[in-house]
Amino acid sequence: MYLKELFKEMNKIGIGSLGIVILISVFLGMVTTLQTAYQLIVAWIPPSVIGEIVTETSMLELAPTITGLVLAGRVGSSLASELGTMRVKEQIDALDVMGVNSAAFLVFPKILGSIIVIPMLVVIATFLMIMSGAFIGNNTGIVPYNEFVEGALDIFKVKVFVLSLTKAYTFAFMISSISCYQGYYSSGGATGVGRSSTKAVVWSCVLILFSDYIIAQLFL
Amino acid sequence: MIEVTGLRKSFEGREVLKGIDAVFEPGKINMIIGASGSGKTVTIKCMVGLIEPDHGDIRYSGRTVLGLHIKEKKKIRQEIGMLFQSAALFDSMTVAENVAFPLRMFTKQSEAEIRERVAFCLHRVELDHAGPKYPAEISGGMQKRVGIARAIALDIKYLYCDEPNSGLDPVTSLVIDHLIKEITEEYNITTIINTHDMNSIFEVGDHIMYLYQGQKLWEGSPTEIVESDIPELQDFIFASPFIRNAYQHKLKRK
Ligand SMILES: Nc1ncnc2c1ncn2[C@@H]1O[C@H](COP(=O)(O)OP(=O)(O)O)[C@@H](O)[C@H]1O
Ligand SMILES: [Mg+2]
Repeated sequence: MYLKELFKEMNKIGIGSLGIVILISVFLGMVTTLQTAYQLIVAWIPPSVIGEIVTETSMLELAPTITGLVLAGRVGSSLASELGTMRVKEQIDALDVMGVNSAAFLVFPKILGSIIVIPMLVVIATFLMIMSGAFIGNNTGIVPYNEFVEGALDIFKVKVFVLSLTKAYTFAFMISSISCYQGYYSSGGATGVGRSSTKAVVWSCVLILFSDYIIAQLFL
Repeated sequence: MIEVTGLRKSFEGREVLKGIDAVFEPGKINMIIGASGSGKTVTIKCMVGLIEPDHGDIRYSGRTVLGLHIKEKKKIRQEIGMLFQSAALFDSMTVAENVAFPLRMFTKQSEAEIRERVAFCLHRVELDHAGPKYPAEISGGMQKRVGIARAIALDIKYLYCDEPNSGLDPVTSLVIDHLIKEITEEYNITTIINTHDMNSIFEVGDHIMYLYQGQKLWEGSPTEIVESDIPELQDFIFASPFIRNAYQHKLKRK
């Protein structure tokens, strides 16, 4: 029963958000390459530096943070409104009366599902950003593939990868736990559900940005 | 049998239940009636354990539930069914899955046994073909009936219904009332209904308890209720001048 709920949540969060994550990361990757090139037009800087910068920015900051913020909106609001609706329609009470631990039954699969799926989405986003960055660099003649890859490999370190995932896990936990909390403790009918869903998104975004800073401060 | 003694509950310093004593008999429709805000919902929420009362004792067939260990509480809870005002079906599950839910959670029955029990419960509430539908696809009256089917999926001894008729037309209301009454008598369930629907009170009520501002002012049978000399209760049942006139007219003719 619990496992079934977990797969349902993973599916909803993962597949449901894949489209928007792909869209955003492809465009961000291209823009990052163009802007980095624009800011670095000095003859003595080798173009492979663009590969370095795009790769590192994507891994360290853009992919986790932007994906986190987008998912705070997409996943946070849906988790909060789903639980909030269950609360105001007495479905949570119904579980409690039956003797089901409603918090564990409803919240646990959502948080666990987020923690499993959101980092995967971040990895996909990172990959797509770098790919689309390399693609646009090559196509516009800013930096050929081989030089981009050379730069990218230069910069790639386990530490950067670990840091990127640390952010992803932290954000996943924040989004899901804040949103579930807001939803589970909704009150005041349909307007209350709207309110808790807004709060879930706002608090998730604020805490993502704040913890982003803390993690950078601690580890860089 | 459920016994309640000295039940008290305050919210933010305002006393909502002011010491309620009551006994609810098995095989009977026990009704808690009263105006909106009189404390009916809070009373049954205390009884089922959704709200922690400040004082008082609640005993299910002699077993106190307050202060009970979680495991034993869980056992008693599985003997309790509840029909909510909004039916409270799980939106993401079909009707059949809703009815199967308590069986999946609390029994080790095989899928075949569960299917059989679900079919039986749905048949009992005359919804044989609604199994694959989602709650949003059926009417309010049907949702209530599914709620009843889900409540009786496990062999329950106690059934709570919070305003089972709210939002239903008078004809559908009576269908639900009679269904609850039949099930109560068939399985000797201790049933408690919260209502302010006069039709239900006279149609299916066995024992009526009148709540007024968090206090029990009166209790008795539906035939005794019209003769009670408590002004608050008279105002409640004869809130409509039309019914009061009709009743007095009938008295005169006698
Ligand atoms: N969770 C709560 N917090 C504060 N006040 C509450 C709460 N639940 C109920 N009340 C108050 O208790 C009183 C009785 O409510 P209730 O039992 O719902 O009445 P009803 O008889 O209509 O079912 C009302 O005045 C209501 O405002
Ligand atoms: Mg009520």
